[in-house]
Amino acid sequence: MYGLKSDLTCDLPTKQYSISDYSKGVPRWCPGCGDHAVLNNTQKLLKEKQLDPAKTVFVSGIGCSSRFPHYMDTYGFHGLHGRAFPVACGVKFRRPDLNVFVITGDGDCCSIGAGAWIHAIRYNMDLTVLLLDNEIYGLTKKQTSPTSRLGTISNTTPEGSIIPPINAIETTLGVANASFVAQTADWNPVHMYETIKAGFEHKGFSFIHIIQRCPIFQQSLGKEMATNKDAMVYLQHENGIPFGEDFSQSVKNTVNHDPTNLSEARELAMDRENIYMGLFYQNKMAPRYDLYGSSNLGFTNDQREKVLNAEFDKYAI
Amino acid sequence: MNDPIQLNDTHAKNIRKPVQISEHIIEIVSDSGEGAQKCGQSFAAISAKMGNGVWTVEIIPAEIQPPARGRAGASGIRVRIGTNKITNMGNEADLIVALNEQVPYGRIDQHAYRDGTILLLENKWAEDPDPEIRIKYADALVDFKNRGYQVIEIPMEEECLKIVGNARKGKNMWVLGMLCNIYTRSLEKAERQIRNIFKKKSDSVINANIALLNSGYQWAESNLNLRFEIPVKESEEDYLVMNGNEALALGVVASGMEVCSMYPITPATSASHLLAEVLRKAGGVVHQAEDEIAAIGFAIGASYAGKTAVTITSGPGMALKTEFLGLATMAEIPLVVIDVQRGGPSTGLPTKVEQGDLLTALYGQPGAVPKIVMAAATIEECFHFVILARKLAETFRTPVYVLSDANLATGQQPFPRPKIKHDWFAPPIDQSPWKEDIKPFNWDEKTGLSKRSIPGQIGGQYTVTGLAHDRRGNVSYKPDENQEASEMRSRKFASFQKTLNPPPIKGEDHGDLLIVGWGSTLGAIDEAIEIAQNEGIKVSSIHLRFMSPFQPGLKEIFQKFKQVMTVEINYSDRIDNPQFSESNRRYSQLAWVLRARTLVDIDCFSNVEGQPLSPKRIVDAIKNKLGLSN
Repeated sequence: MYGLKSDLTCDLPTKQYSISDYSKGVPRWCPGCGDHAVLNNTQKLLKEKQLDPAKTVFVSGIGCSSRFPHYMDTYGFHGLHGRAFPVACGVKFRRPDLNVFVITGDGDCCSIGAGAWIHAIRYNMDLTVLLLDNEIYGLTKKQTSPTSRLGTISNTTPEGSIIPPINAIETTLGVANASFVAQTADWNPVHMYETIKAGFEHKGFSFIHIIQRCPIFQQSLGKEMATNKDAMVYLQHENGIPFGEDFSQSVKNTVNHDPTNLSEARELAMDRENIYMGLFYQNKMAPRYDLYGSSNLGFTNDQREKVLNAEFDKYAI
Repeated sequence: MNDPIQLNDTHAKNIRKPVQISEHIIEIVSDSGEGAQKCGQSFAAISAKMGNGVWTVEIIPAEIQPPARGRAGASGIRVRIGTNKITNMGNEADLIVALNEQVPYGRIDQHAYRDGTILLLENKWAEDPDPEIRIKYADALVDFKNRGYQVIEIPMEEECLKIVGNARKGKNMWVLGMLCNIYTRSLEKAERQIRNIFKKKSDSVINANIALLNSGYQWAESNLNLRFEIPVKESEEDYLVMNGNEALALGVVASGMEVCSMYPITPATSASHLLAEVLRKAGGVVHQAEDEIAAIGFAIGASYAGKTAVTITSGPGMALKTEFLGLATMAEIPLVVIDVQRGGPSTGLPTKVEQGDLLTALYGQPGAVPKIVMAAATIEECFHFVILARKLAETFRTPVYVLSDANLATGQQPFPRPKIKHDWFAPPIDQSPWKEDIKPFNWDEKTGLSKRSIPGQIGGQYTVTGLAHDRRGNVSYKPDENQEASEMRSRKFASFQKTLNPPPIKGEDHGDLLIVGWGSTLGAIDEAIEIAQNEGIKVSSIHLRFMSPFQPGLKEIFQKFKQVMTVEINYSDRIDNPQFSESNRRYSQLAWVLRARTLVDIDCFSNVEGQPLSPKRIVDAIKNKLGLSN
């Protein structure tokens, strides 16, 4: 957090933030919902990074998980269904000083907000994006989501869903200018923390897909996901997501994957047999639109007047 | 104007004394892509620079390359120039330049010409290898003469080919030269205009165009017995001449807004073209979003973060932005929305004028969504209203809509050069710590106003939500809290209305008829009112700039007139059709709102022909309403 600088001085913090400085209200998510774990890990990260709550903005759409900003004592924007990305991009565009997080769900991101999702990936603005994917619509009471598995029985698909789901990792990796794509799960808090942390540290659009349980509408699926550890294969690399000592003992399956290898990342994402956890892809050199957006800040009134007068001259009679 | 014109008179030079006229309406019509608009805009700019009053209207087909020589594909421009200030497109044209004999028919369909109109016609079609074209040309010549036009056939192609290999590129500048001679324009100013238009092109391009200009000028000098002079009025004041979209763009720069987030849509896009170039130099950025919805979402995000933003669109874009517009009102986020209206509904008439978005601007969102809606009536107002819109948006913590339309968007008119004020530009955002006890929606009981904190402001953290919320910004579904919040969001605009004055009345404050207009019809209505008043008709007019909330005192004004009628460019049922009665008649948009607001039995005259209203049409409507014969 702190340390001596090269000139043997150090910036003393004016305030030491604790978890309570980042939390607000009592989350109204169901007991056992994966959202709680994401909230806790995020607050922990903010404390670890000592982010100024006043300089931090959580932007969300609509859905269970999009209530998230209401539980953060930072600035928050709980906007419209599917529209978290454009709002977050607008917030960041001329405010490089702000830490901007996007909280979105599978319906919010992959269905109604799919268009904005694709383009937000391409813009590659410095946003930390958490997609809380429980494969079901919860707030509206159990409808199939675009990430629901084939055969999902829901109120809108009583005979089971018949269209294959969108794989959010695969889709993101298919979009031009993707720069950080990682996957984690709500029942692996240590891995989730490390993943969100790596995402926050990445300068660009950090897309973190969080596989989640919905204890109400996806009960059996949740149990199966959390208990069948064999289905999870952890991506291992010196530039990937670190496991942590405690956690690495419980990891059974690992595979080596260099996160700069895009085609291998895509192959892994398309593997229907295994679920890979960790960093699929990172490109630190991808062009960032927010750098362009904030490249001409702070013009004085005199500068503006000069430009405007020069324009007037072109139209002068 | 009906004097016979002698052509190719060998003594042309000696007898060509310019005829003094106070104004003229000139049209240049061609196939798409022949540069008629560039020619007309240049002619207008030269005339404005000489000190004449000017108004232009572009004639634009919806397609980029419609079939050649067709009446539907007519592309061109109308330029009205005069000694005095010109405020509208006027009635029928006095002089037309047509690059083929078919394109005038597109305008004839729109009653743009009259008996006696001078038609300068490209004559190359008379010798066309295609016999069908030769026949069409010959037939049209006869028809034009039957219609009373004074046709002059001109070898434009032949003359241009003496200078350039392809006359299609460049004929417009030859025509410009010809017009400069006919209207005794300064050749020097015309040359400067060409250098300005082609400043990004090579010297050889500029020189070729100047050669064409001179050739057209000299040809007219030697061959045409046709010369007019439109005297100018001396003015001490500096003027600018530009179109409405350019004025909107420079208004954004002047307003100090740093973010314009838009999606391309006709006829609004050209504002963003200029803005993209200028805003970058002035400390801002134009963001071309992936769609209309993202465009406004991005703007709202920037506004929320303290950089009040503008989004520029047209009717179909307004429809898509609906949900976000409701959010901006609900969450009390400042935002400027510019709507350059076009013909609707749906995709409608993309390049044509209509004032069809008033009701959607006022009531287009579900629930109670009060906001400020302004309508620019002139090109000068397009500039100044954007600056005002930003101030109002921030003061009242609300979206502010500025309505323009396709007529203002492409129309050029000189206006006094604005004197730049530094307080137009934003003051730096106060980032001092927020007093913890101030709630983010700390509505003042009297005014409904509240102060908002901006990300970065210590202690001001709160969560914006589109859900019903209390003063803390926390989600609240309590009946009394939602009632209170709705009242407070409405009260702001009642407070704002108290700062407005009743609209000034043109003419007497009582009489037989009051005309009520809004937006780009101002000039045509004013001119019509003057004509009618000069004929002894007791008619006056008012022109509204604020559509929500309305300027106060309207009912009191209306009550002093025997009848009140709006004049608008949007749809209304014509009462003379037997299908329509008072119980089912659909009124034009302003009439609907004014009837509900004032309980006065207000009539309307409107159409959706996609054309600006001419003064003559309005005079006819006034007379018709008063039962006077024309």
